[in-house]
Amino acid sequence: MTTTLLFLAVIMAVVIWWLVRQTLNVKPWVEQRPWVGDRGGEGLSLPPVMVGLGVFLAVATSLFALSISAYFMRRDGADWRPLAQPMVLWFNTAALVLGSVFFQTACNAAKSGRVGGVRLGLLAGGVCTLVFLAGQLWAWQHLNTAGHFLTANPANAFFYMLTALHGLHLLGGLWVWAKTTIKLQRGAAVHEVRLSVELCTVYWHFLLVVWLVLFGLLLLT
Amino acid sequence: MTYVHVGHDATAYAPPAEVAEVELYHPKTFIGKYIWSQDAKIIAIQYSITAIGVGLVALVLSWLMRLQLGFPNSFSFIDPSTYLQFVTMHGMIMVIYLLTALFLGGFGNYLIPLMVGARDMVFPYVNMLSYWFYLFAVLLLMASFFVPGGPTGSGWTLYPPQSILPGTPGATWGIILMLISLAVFIVGFTMGGLNYVVTVLQARTRGMTLMRLPLTVWGIFMASILALLAFPALFVSAIMMLFDLLLGTSFFMPGIVSMGKQLDYGGGSPVLFQHLFWFFGHPEVYIVALPAFGIVSDLLSTHARRPIFGYRMMVWSIVIIGGLSFVVWAHHMYVSGMNPYFGFFFATTTLIIAVPTALKVYNWVLTLWRGNIRLNVPMLFAIGFIFTFIHGGLTGIFLGNVSVSVPLSDTMFVVAHFHMVMAIAPIMVVMGSIYHWYPKITGRMLNVTMGKFHFWVTFLGSYAIYLPMHYIGFLGVPRRYYAMGNTYFVPESVQTLNAAITVATLIVGVVQIVFLYNLVWSYFKGKPSGDNPWEATTLEWQTADTPPKHGNFGPELPVVYRWAYDYSVPGADKDFIPQNQPPGPTAASVAPT
Repeated sequence: MTTTLLFLAVIMAVVIWWLVRQTLNVKPWVEQRPWVGDRGGEGLSLPPVMVGLGVFLAVATSLFALSISAYFMRRDGADWRPLAQPMVLWFNTAALVLGSVFFQTACNAAKSGRVGGVRLGLLAGGVCTLVFLAGQLWAWQHLNTAGHFLTANPANAFFYMLTALHGLHLLGGLWVWAKTTIKLQRGAAVHEVRLSVELCTVYWHFLLVVWLVLFGLLLLT
Repeated sequence: MTYVHVGHDATAYAPPAEVAEVELYHPKTFIGKYIWSQDAKIIAIQYSITAIGVGLVALVLSWLMRLQLGFPNSFSFIDPSTYLQFVTMHGMIMVIYLLTALFLGGFGNYLIPLMVGARDMVFPYVNMLSYWFYLFAVLLLMASFFVPGGPTGSGWTLYPPQSILPGTPGATWGIILMLISLAVFIVGFTMGGLNYVVTVLQARTRGMTLMRLPLTVWGIFMASILALLAFPALFVSAIMMLFDLLLGTSFFMPGIVSMGKQLDYGGGSPVLFQHLFWFFGHPEVYIVALPAFGIVSDLLSTHARRPIFGYRMMVWSIVIIGGLSFVVWAHHMYVSGMNPYFGFFFATTTLIIAVPTALKVYNWVLTLWRGNIRLNVPMLFAIGFIFTFIHGGLTGIFLGNVSVSVPLSDTMFVVAHFHMVMAIAPIMVVMGSIYHWYPKITGRMLNVTMGKFHFWVTFLGSYAIYLPMHYIGFLGVPRRYYAMGNTYFVPESVQTLNAAITVATLIVGVVQIVFLYNLVWSYFKGKPSGDNPWEATTLEWQTADTPPKHGNFGPELPVVYRWAYDYSVPGADKDFIPQNQPPGPTAASVAPT
């Protein structure tokens, strides 16, 4: 559970640091501060849905951190036999890295208002992701035919479960991606999709990092 | 930064800001308004009614358990299997489907937008989905009563390997439905939780700084963060157990011989499940407790007409309890076999968490000190909470210490402890808050006579149930046993006590009918409440309409000038100053026309 505790320590440190900055000195019973600023409320200056994504990423990180903790604890069992990683995973990793890069270019294009760049980046990023997912399925198929069944060994079971969990998160992202792409193809202006593109980019970077951690874990153990 | 004590009227009046028109979803039809509703207030009521409905099922299950314990072998329909199923379903429903759903989905949805001065939650559509996922989870769980083999009887902790092996009741369909229902619940909760957290962060009205938030919002906010981070542990363990059960992996399943047959499992770790489960399970205690802490602070302050004592300390103790609640989980596992240093660590953290908790208790009591206490029904329940929470908390100090805990493990003492601290105490707050906010939700007061009757029977009845249970636990009576048989260390008088406890349980249960009747009767016949019957300061009492209309506030959102606890301010006209009242000798003299 060390992994999880580490992750939690980081989250709690962020929460407490933020609260300290906000509130440590405030005496609400004598506070003089009138409302300041010209915004309608007291929130952060980010759009709410971006904050929502941030909170969701914390939840997803918790999910993966706990799975990795379980992985480490179960690995101590006597029956654990490490799984030979199929080469295709390297190719998949490259595809996902490219996907993330394309999303970043789409995001940059959206910020500077170039509709062509957004369109191209989104399409290429989506295709790379689909290639990644197809490659993951191929890896499953490959392992299965080589006799590394789900039930044969806990290492296999973890491999299938973790990749499935990661793949499902990507599928969820692809749903938002599809909605955004369709909107764009139907002639939406850049500023209408800009927020969605930014959200997708952050999400893809996050899932890339998760994949790199998972892949590194599978390689090292 | 230095502060000068300038009293409460130093802030100049803030003119209304140009606020962009909020795009609210406007339902057109009855179904859109009350069934597929995206209004947080309606969703709150949907959550609450569902949670209370399923809670009544769990209440009846507790009667059935107690009938067996109080009068063994008198009821032919309770056999060992059904008894274990009652225990399991009672626990799971009460902890997750009633208390978690009611505090966060019910009170959270109703109170957060109103108290922070928002028109609605920030993601209303996701909020609606959250309720429907919850309802689906409840239906899946209820369906397990009707499948072959019945619901799972593995105890609410669902420990493998027994939970998925033949011999445990409901080891086929029951446990599958339970695990899927939990997974659906967690997905639904995550949708709701995102809303609660982001609404508190982003949708506060002008002037509503974090340190002006009522403690109710603080409690629900922190509990939502805990739930968002802790529920994934239950989710992962449910998924892994489903893999073990349906696909034949061995995450948790050791090599095992069942009914004379060697099973295909091997090498799995049941203790791994316990770690994951309690990594969720302990924060879950605080997911239930923190909203109760927050709400009770507001009830005490309002009905004692005094500012809450030590507001900053109250906020910080909520935050610190939340953080610490993640590093105490293994105190549930002292008898699962662990390194003694490990036990030492968890005993220490467990005792440390008692410090901020005790601070809160002192502050509640000090809030009452020299207050102008009005013994309204919500106040009775709030004071009842202080009693039951202190009692449950003190036995927690016993159980937190390894050497005391080991002999008491799995006895009725544990049952008595956790019921006092996380069943009766939060339920006191639930009842208190229903009496407190019912006037805002319906525009009518609940009947006071019925309310006081309900309180006294519930409060004294709870003690009649749980005080003797501690004693029975000391004698060594184990929990989850269908019958005691001839056990040499258990005197016969225990049976008499058990019968008395059962009678008390039946009475307390029946009295809840008075409460339900009161809810229905007052809806039609109750005294009209007006907008602010308790003379409270927080924003939900300052709405133009009672019950608040769609969009909560009138054409303009309120502007907040002060904290939520301006009660009995020296020199003020009245003994409370609403949060949105502009400063000045009197409100009327400064407010623009």
